[in-house]
Amino acid sequence: MNAPTVDALAATVPDGALVALPPDNSLPSLALARALVRRGAKRLRLLGVPVSGFATDLLIGAGCVAEVETSAVSLGEAGFAPRFTAALKAGTIKVRDATCPAIHSMLQATEKGIPFMPLRGIIGSDILRNRPDWRVVPNPMGDGVPDPIVLLPALSPDVALIHGAMADEAGNVWLGRRRECATLAHASKRVLATVERLVAGDMLEDERLAPGCISGTYIEAVAVAERGAWPVALLDEYPFDAAHLSEYARLAKTEAGFAEYLDRYVLAPRAQAAE
Amino acid sequence: MTIKLEERLAATLARLILDPAAPPARHIAVGAASPMPAAACWLVKKQGHPIRLSLLHKRSGNPFSEGSRELFDLTGQGRIDLFFLGGGQIDGQANLNLVGTGEWPGGSAQGGVRFPGSFGSAFMYFMTPRTILFREEHSPRVLVPQVDNISAPGVSAPGVFRRGTAQALVTGRCVFAFHPDRARFSLASLHPGETVESIRAATGFDFDVAEEVPQTPDPTEAELALLRGPVCDEMLETYPEFCARVFDRKLAA
Repeated sequence: MNAPTVDALAATVPDGALVALPPDNSLPSLALARALVRRGAKRLRLLGVPVSGFATDLLIGAGCVAEVETSAVSLGEAGFAPRFTAALKAGTIKVRDATCPAIHSMLQATEKGIPFMPLRGIIGSDILRNRPDWRVVPNPMGDGVPDPIVLLPALSPDVALIHGAMADEAGNVWLGRRRECATLAHASKRVLATVERLVAGDMLEDERLAPGCISGTYIEAVAVAERGAWPVALLDEYPFDAAHLSEYARLAKTEAGFAEYLDRYVLAPRAQAAE
Repeated sequence: MTIKLEERLAATLARLILDPAAPPARHIAVGAASPMPAAACWLVKKQGHPIRLSLLHKRSGNPFSEGSRELFDLTGQGRIDLFFLGGGQIDGQANLNLVGTGEWPGGSAQGGVRFPGSFGSAFMYFMTPRTILFREEHSPRVLVPQVDNISAPGVSAPGVFRRGTAQALVTGRCVFAFHPDRARFSLASLHPGETVESIRAATGFDFDVAEEVPQTPDPTEAELALLRGPVCDEMLETYPEFCARVFDRKLAA
């Protein structure tokens, strides 16, 4: 197999695209996020599935982002996301707040090819007041008693960026039980994946591997990026690098510190060679 | 050995989980970065109560096979009996603000502070039969007359589908019980060193007070032994800093 490079994949993501990223515990491709910073992507609209983490803060800090739709942005135990917070204060990004199951449901609507999904809860939350695209209707299947319910429009990201453990010759990507990435892949117009390694054969022919796969049907391209989820964890292959996240959180408090971080870990030739 | 505040809070949360007046807790979910609710749940389990615990954001392993939406699907189905929520602001009607202060969405150029965001609260608070609110900081900054922004409302209009709401609010100073019928908290117990007056001074919202307000009981010797032993064993991997600070235990290298 002749796989493209990570930077070649990033070059295919247009400015202004709606780019979906899983959060830190759910296999975002940090390798692709770093490559988007290197290519100087602009005006991206990021979708947190269903929340946002390190990759989102990195892209915001690098000036790649115009808008974020998410249910929360956080660095977990390393605290609030510093570049997100600063950009919001400076008014350079827009945030569209959601709630976790709403983002899952909007993607599931696209997965099923239907225009909307209903969801319980939310009524009385200011999230709803700030989402003119979400509607409240009387339950049409109810028995006449008042039963308002929220309808959420189908949502289809332009590109999803995920990192799996491996890809095979048929283009399937294995990422185990992180099935929210499968829903995301089904709902996205394009999926760009990075993986640790390529394997021979077709994993869908293996009963034990098939349930953890995203079928190649949904995957546009795969690049090999060893440790491509770092500094976040990859399943049981490598753990979350808490020390690195703490270093990032400390540096990214200031614009100068963030620039230093980018120089050291994202823009440096060494980082490029690793990816 | 003196009783640490964290141990008192964990034991207090455990008693609320076991409250016989509340709907049964067979399956409890605990969110990310919640060491004290997690300790309380483990305490209940180590006391021998048959509960299923789904701890989100364990560093290794995972209670789900269908991805991160399974928690919400389980909750929608009515299979999660109890959840814990907090808030950057909590008001006297048990409204939660996890978004931020100032103009929506918080922390804009016009002022205020942005919190991380609402997570699943706008769904979980409605769809779980009961929620225990936990926020260690008990100050007028957190416990406000009215939240600036509502991530999840404490009570809903008639006709809005809702399985439950807050059972109680536990802070570093006291326990409040919540009464959805009148959308008000009442002071349920005082932690050591607190008085009704000190709670009033530290609380931005108005609340009901009975003639006699009991002290929050100390954890028993048996509870402390479980917390410092088998509960800590279960928590070491996910909450190493908490275990080192509270139980003086470190994960073996």
